[in-house]
Amino acid sequence: MTANGQTGKTFRLLLVLLLTVMAVGLGYAVLELHSSAGGLSKQVATNLEASGVSNPVTAVLLNFRGYDTLLEMAVLLVALIGVWSLGGIPDYRESSPGPVLDTLSRLLVPMLILVAGYLLWVGTHAPGGAFQAGSVLGAAGVLLLLSGWRLEKIFAGLPLRVILILGLGAFVTAGGGFLLIGNVFMEYPSALAGELILMVEAAATLSIGVTLAALFLGGRPEAGLDK
Amino acid sequence: MEALTLLQWVFDSLLVLCLFWLAGRALASPDLFKAIVLFIAFGLLMALAWVRLDAPDVALAEAAIGAGLTGALLLAALARLKSMGDLYRDDSDCGETKGDDS
Repeated sequence: MTANGQTGKTFRLLLVLLLTVMAVGLGYAVLELHSSAGGLSKQVATNLEASGVSNPVTAVLLNFRGYDTLLEMAVLLVALIGVWSLGGIPDYRESSPGPVLDTLSRLLVPMLILVAGYLLWVGTHAPGGAFQAGSVLGAAGVLLLLSGWRLEKIFAGLPLRVILILGLGAFVTAGGGFLLIGNVFMEYPSALAGELILMVEAAATLSIGVTLAALFLGGRPEAGLDK
Repeated sequence: MEALTLLQWVFDSLLVLCLFWLAGRALASPDLFKAIVLFIAFGLLMALAWVRLDAPDVALAEAAIGAGLTGALLLAALARLKSMGDLYRDDSDCGETKGDDS
């Protein structure tokens, strides 16, 4: 017992030492930073016209640095595949949601869908965008799942999977389609960029929302293949 | 104007202190449910911090994903851990009784 306590104490001391070294290192790194790093905001502002949207954040996420967003969505999809590979849905004891949750979800879900649509639309010129809209849509899905709603078995097979990959598919199609006319990957022609970004964002919103709700469900929904 | 900047300083300092306190409590809490609730509160205050840093886009994402959906996911995972924990506890009980017998 005492030997155990001794090792615990040594371990704790070692941990404190390591953390102190790391904190000192981080502090040193922050202090060594140049105080006047220019950043890329000026470059974004000068090229904003060509991106097709007037919100610089959306311009960076969906156009200038589209790769990052594309890979983020791929990560989300891989996470869902990982969760699904762990097995089916555990047998929850089905409980009736109760009048408050039932009424509230009936009121809130249409409003959440409306808010998601608004965030998606407003993302082109003000704070908002696909990830925010998608997460609001996902929250609506979580609320529905909490109040006992389940996906119909007919839709749990292919239709669900199509929606899950819709965002990634639209992104890759829009990014790769213009390879044919000689652009580099993910270079949109600036005349079409605004519409393209809105379409990609709409597909991404749907996919992100459904992926997040499916992650909350935590298991592959049973598909009714026999139907 | 002076009073306004002073007020902002006070608000920011309180925000930072609250964030550190919530993060510490969430990490140190032995009760996982409590830790998750503290984490959700941390996410909401973090969204406020992003607003103070003039990053409304990140604030929206933080409030929706960081505080909302991650909290729901963690609570769902906790519910599953608990049902699995009951299963394992039953197993270990069996093992202990066997050990006593021998």
